[in-house]
Amino acid sequence: MNFWENFRIALNGLVINKLRSLLTMLGIIIGVAAVITLVSVGRSVEGVVTAEFQGLGNNLLFILPGQISPDQQGPRRAGGAGLTMNDVVALSDPLLVPEVEKVVPEYGRSALVTRGRHEMRTTITGTSVDYSDVRSFYPVTGNFFNEQDVASGARVAVIGQTVYEELFPDGEPPLGATLRINSVNFRVIGLLEEKGGSGFNDQDNLILVPISTAQSRLFPARRPDGKLRVDFIYAQLLDEDRQDAAIGQIELALREQHNIDFDEEDDFTVLSQDELVSAFSQVTSVLTIFLGVIAGISLLVGGIGIMNIMLVSVTERTREIGLRKAVGAKRRDILWQFLVEAMVLALMGGVIGLLIGMVGTLIISNLSDSLQPVVDWTAVIGAIAVSAVVGLSFGVYPAARAAQLNPIDALRYE
Amino acid sequence: MREMGNGRSPVIKIENMTKVYQMGEHQVHALKGVSLEVYPGDFVAIMGPSGSGKSTMMNMLGALDQPTSGAYWLDGTDVSQLSDDALADIRNSKIGFVFQNFNLLSRTPALQQVELPLIYAGKGQRKERARKALELVGLGDRVGHKPSELSGGQQQRVAIARALVNEPAIILADEPTGNLDSKSGTEVMQIFQHLNQEQGITIVFVTHDPWIARHTKRVVTLADGKVLSDETILTQLIAGKSERPSDMALH
Repeated sequence: MNFWENFRIALNGLVINKLRSLLTMLGIIIGVAAVITLVSVGRSVEGVVTAEFQGLGNNLLFILPGQISPDQQGPRRAGGAGLTMNDVVALSDPLLVPEVEKVVPEYGRSALVTRGRHEMRTTITGTSVDYSDVRSFYPVTGNFFNEQDVASGARVAVIGQTVYEELFPDGEPPLGATLRINSVNFRVIGLLEEKGGSGFNDQDNLILVPISTAQSRLFPARRPDGKLRVDFIYAQLLDEDRQDAAIGQIELALREQHNIDFDEEDDFTVLSQDELVSAFSQVTSVLTIFLGVIAGISLLVGGIGIMNIMLVSVTERTREIGLRKAVGAKRRDILWQFLVEAMVLALMGGVIGLLIGMVGTLIISNLSDSLQPVVDWTAVIGAIAVSAVVGLSFGVYPAARAAQLNPIDALRYE
Repeated sequence: MREMGNGRSPVIKIENMTKVYQMGEHQVHALKGVSLEVYPGDFVAIMGPSGSGKSTMMNMLGALDQPTSGAYWLDGTDVSQLSDDALADIRNSKIGFVFQNFNLLSRTPALQQVELPLIYAGKGQRKERARKALELVGLGDRVGHKPSELSGGQQQRVAIARALVNEPAIILADEPTGNLDSKSGTEVMQIFQHLNQEQGITIVFVTHDPWIARHTKRVVTLADGKVLSDETILTQLIAGKSERPSDMALH
């Protein structure tokens, strides 16, 4: 009596009860499909977020309003007054922060942009002239706006490749064209070179305008105290090796600027690129783990379903077990028969669930521009291994019960 | 003593076999010292009222259970002290069972039913052997039929084929005609007689039915856990050739 005989017998038992086998597998199928899909999606979110912040260079610091601590799960805003143009001015003072070379504010909102009958929604970012160098956004045609445009609040715009493709579908020359943003006309003065990326990581999907224009004409930024709001500030350092010194100077300058008492916490956060990436990837990996755990619970439920059906099956087939023993089946033959049945149920459920999960992942990547999930192989191996373990652990008890049956009682069972 | 063996060694030899069941605080003495020898080619009916120990004895003979005391040699092997696994092997190779309620696997074709003992024996050429056994019971044209597609008599014949297929030393049947109408019962007895006479297969079965018992060569009657009588049937009835008398005449 070798393993393959047991395998064949078990398979026969499953084929004879097709519908019940399928329903039993359903729990595992759903569980595994959910694990594969959710973990793949979660990982792709992680990848997107990480890619967003990478490639910015190590000599950049990010100054954000409120307290964001990488030690905590996610950003926490501490009421804070926020950042203003006054902070930008303070940080630009080489006497206060000698380690900082360039300071670039960013202030933007999403808005509807039209050009004739073409329209799209995109992010309008108001910034300063140095943005071009700091973020390496250079025009391929035309020019970036200059200091004078910023000083006068000129209605000029530099557009990204995605915006160009959407609004100039016939390939017309962009320079000099007029765009309407929030009912304000802007003249296109430059087209940025292609940066790549996709979805919400699409770095070509943007329009840059002078920050003064954005604050006064597009998205009023004046606060009750008269200061002009900014979203966040880039600080480019003279020397990336002296990052710590620079962070210290920035913090000191901003505390001064914000009138923060010595015993109070900062109402802003200075992050390096690495910290930014790790802060966000921590959030997203928690998300992935969370999704995985939920999916794992459904796997567990599926396993309990298998045990339930196997117990019913053992009871229902008591006479069959008695007969098998009467014609020469040993304990281990019966044990293996039911164990293999449970394992085959779990593994087949796992494989079917895997295929469904892969199809689900494929569908999501087709439907969504922003997420490009690829099947996560650790999730695949994990899901298959878990379903095998589920089959084994939830199959052992019913199988052992079947094997222990006394042939005489089993044959007499009604 | 009966002299059936003609000097041959017995297939079954039990000596002073007892079986005591513990039922809560009570001890039930199901067998109180039974001795019996069955020789190759024998065809034995075991009779007796309910509670006489027939079923217990069949369980012992079938190596499904072990006696409390006494010895049991089956085809020369002492099986009264074997382990579970060894008993399973004995059941597989030396005994063919036929049950009152057939005990066929549901939704399984006849050929696969008959193959079952061969699978546990690990033997080859299973399909050919199973087909041969089915032909022997006259079901050569029903190999693909499932139990639900067969009559009661045919189902019992599949069960007999399954009992035969591994060429056991003995076929044990527990009320094989008990669930059948008299026509199907007669069919089954015809097959048993044919197997016994033409193939020389040893058969022991339990029955309630005195008329069925008279189709055998020997009737052993149990009462109260002991052998009451052991008689040779001189004029064996031929299944299908004899009218069943009214129940009144039998008692």
